[in-house]
Amino acid sequence: MSSEIYKTEDLIAEDIDAYLEKHQHKTMLRFITCGSVDDGKSTLIGRLLYDSKMIFEDQLAALETDSKKVGTQGQEIDFALLVDGLAAEREQGITIDVAYRFFATENRKFIVADCPGHEQYTRNMVTGASTADLAVILVDARKGVLVQTRRHSFLCQKLGIRNIVLAVNKMDLIDYDQDKYDTIVADYAAFADEIGITDFTAMPISGFKGDNITAPSANTPWYKGPPLVAHLEAVEINAAHDAELPLSMPVQWVNRPNLDFRGFSGLIATGAVKPGDPVRVLPSGKTSTVKSITTFDGDLDEAQAGQSVTICLDDEVDCSRGDVIAAADAPPEVSDQFEATIVWLDDEAMLPGRAYQMKLASQTVSATIAEPKYEINVNTLEHLAAKTLDLNAIGVAEVTTDKPVIFEPYSENRALGGFILIDKISNRTVGAGMLHFSLRRAQNVHWQPTAVTREEHASLKNQKPLVLWFTGLSGSGKSTIANEVEKALNLMNRHTFLLDGDNVRHGLNKDLGFTDADRIENIRRIGEVTKLMADAGLIVLTAFISPFRAERQMVRDMLPDGEFIEIFVDTPLEVAEERDVKGLYKKARDGQLKNFTGIDSPYEPPENADITVNTVEMSPAEAAEFIVRKITPLK
Amino acid sequence: MNAPLTHLQRLEAEAIHIMREVVAEAEKPVMLYSIGKDSAVMLHIAKKAFDPSPPPFPLLHVDTTWKFKAMYDLREKSAKDAGMELLVHRNPEAEEAGINPFDHGPLHTDMWKTQGLKQALDKYGFDAAFGGARRDEEKSRAKERVFSFRTASHGWDPKNQRPELWNLYNARKKKGESIRVFPMSNWTELDIWQYIHLENIEIVPLYYSAKRPTFEYEGGLFMADDIDRLEKVLGHRPEITERSIRFRTLGCFPLTGAVESEAATLPEIIQEMLLTTTSERQGRVIDKDSGDASMEKKKQEGYF
Repeated sequence: MSSEIYKTEDLIAEDIDAYLEKHQHKTMLRFITCGSVDDGKSTLIGRLLYDSKMIFEDQLAALETDSKKVGTQGQEIDFALLVDGLAAEREQGITIDVAYRFFATENRKFIVADCPGHEQYTRNMVTGASTADLAVILVDARKGVLVQTRRHSFLCQKLGIRNIVLAVNKMDLIDYDQDKYDTIVADYAAFADEIGITDFTAMPISGFKGDNITAPSANTPWYKGPPLVAHLEAVEINAAHDAELPLSMPVQWVNRPNLDFRGFSGLIATGAVKPGDPVRVLPSGKTSTVKSITTFDGDLDEAQAGQSVTICLDDEVDCSRGDVIAAADAPPEVSDQFEATIVWLDDEAMLPGRAYQMKLASQTVSATIAEPKYEINVNTLEHLAAKTLDLNAIGVAEVTTDKPVIFEPYSENRALGGFILIDKISNRTVGAGMLHFSLRRAQNVHWQPTAVTREEHASLKNQKPLVLWFTGLSGSGKSTIANEVEKALNLMNRHTFLLDGDNVRHGLNKDLGFTDADRIENIRRIGEVTKLMADAGLIVLTAFISPFRAERQMVRDMLPDGEFIEIFVDTPLEVAEERDVKGLYKKARDGQLKNFTGIDSPYEPPENADITVNTVEMSPAEAAEFIVRKITPLK
Repeated sequence: MNAPLTHLQRLEAEAIHIMREVVAEAEKPVMLYSIGKDSAVMLHIAKKAFDPSPPPFPLLHVDTTWKFKAMYDLREKSAKDAGMELLVHRNPEAEEAGINPFDHGPLHTDMWKTQGLKQALDKYGFDAAFGGARRDEEKSRAKERVFSFRTASHGWDPKNQRPELWNLYNARKKKGESIRVFPMSNWTELDIWQYIHLENIEIVPLYYSAKRPTFEYEGGLFMADDIDRLEKVLGHRPEITERSIRFRTLGCFPLTGAVESEAATLPEIIQEMLLTTTSERQGRVIDKDSGDASMEKKKQEGYF
């Protein structure tokens, strides 16, 4: 059935050199298949592999045995079993993760990401879609366009997939009925238009029977379009499209084997480059000229999007990992505030205000996300108000980074517009995002250099700035001990200032409550104030519960190395509750006080505190003395 | 407009990108080198990725003492040609206990390879290890990430893999944890052979057919690489027949079956591969020893 398309056996047998020559010039297309649970994705992929001879006889034998044992197609071959890999899912009979499969035709090699149809696995679909040139959206001809079809199409559009194929599958089960097919296509067209998919290709197929897969089917004489494989062989690949754009290459690594050679290595994201081309290095904005494009196989006359190269420049310009080498006349933008679409990928919901690590091309920065402007209901496309984003949620929010980021809107440049978010404590990849545009306010706020430096401020005070960050449960004794420490430092003629939790909440932070998001904002503001005071040369003492490791780390990261001293006031919950100086534990236990740390809101004790004081064994005065001894001398 | 990049050019560019990311982000990377054809391709790409510098990491061979002699010869030569340090680790407990593939079956793989690999990574404190595995090799590999995260005890949790979007890889980890990196995840066996042909990469001569001494054992065809040692382990001297054979895959010589073949050049090998009807790993015993989920189980236990 498929032999006209895939068949190469004669050539292989008769003239292997001619075959090899031909196959060295194949291009490569990556695509995803998505659909609902029983739309037949795995069967379709199994069929493509089968027809392209990617199944060997022994695998086929195993497949036949398995089909009889656990298959869902009676005595016939269940192609899905070939594709569903991991043990857990073989037992459940469903696909649970993205699986990558490979097959080739005469003209192209294909990488297929098989994406699951379940609601809870949006993250897998987004993963598969991120690298795809094309998406095959499967619809069961008996069921038509479903909620999942809309969700998958919407995600494909968001991820910027330009080629969409609507494959109306299981045509054999509706007797190849053209009217039913036309209705489904019309339904889909209306919806596609709504979400901004301007163009798609529809085709009637049967993965199980093989209709319109590799050859036009006799069962659908009314269908005039190409079969699926012919279409896959013909569509434009992203890399070809990207090669037409202005040059951009994120620098991954500086190659410096000796003093005579300095090259900048990276994968060209867009455009093409030749020796002699004028380029601009970002973020510095310095211009230079390409001296050579060096590779193991000798210098190149030209290189284009999709190639990994090493570029040498004419001038000794400053350029390191994270920088971008771009066309001199069309450089990407630089900003630290953006609007972006965020997809949340982790069980633990997004926390607005928390500092996550953001990776965009070869840049790594710290980024915080504001409360979402809205969350998108992927089924109805409604915009919903949201305080956060849960696993598999997708929304639009403002993103602020601690350093300027070189970027392009995602719709124009995937490599410079797509980013991932990493939790700094668990190291999990928790979110993905696509940048829309820079917020204008970021472009209009500049740093004003000051004439007196922080070193000069400190030196006049004859001390080294320090931040003594007391953390611990309510009632652990943070404020008491911090006060004792400040008194002692005062007697030693040190310039200090004590920021206390309750006091700050009367003024600077009076608008904040005690939800997780407000607690994070509370600490962020205190961190900024602390940093200003440390810049002024002061020794700053802070007494805040500061329950989350991530935010304490955020403040540590704001300050120069060694200036942040985390002091853990270690008091067991029972002891703090027994003390209950302010009567708050009682209120919390009685349910009158919500989100109280230790009762119904978590406290994450430090894993490596710089100083720990145990208030069961030490009096406040002893603890203070212990701390002062640890931090002296103070210069 | 330029000619579009071929699939091999794009696969090569992707592998180079991955290797450079690891070098930029990991503290102490290493390249696992098994001397097979996939390792040969991986090493060749490493040379390209960092040229004119030598690849900035060592090669590590987790040895079982049961490799073919021709493999040991190429190992030394390849490391030297690439200007890289070669580290060889043999599990001292396996050496002590005289673990061999005939008497100990699956334990041979576990002790020499799985345990040996963990020991070596711990011993040198490597936090990222390149491997030549491909997704087309085996079903559970098809779902593994390019950056495959391992716990401090080297375990793999298939249900808790980090999502991998675009070409952005999350290389962050805690102390003691490590990452296995597979730069050639998206290559197929045919891609590997075509690339070897195109780039003229040196591989172990055993891949090419030649007249070699062979013996039959439990229904398989094997090469008598070290007849004295075989006799000691088997308890008798196997009957040797000269046959024209080659290997599709190279592991430990008693675990790797030979095939009768006349394919003595790369095009002939590719021709044979394309016309053949048994898949690559069939010659290896490893996948069969505990039902169809055995590779996935091995990986959870720390096998590469």
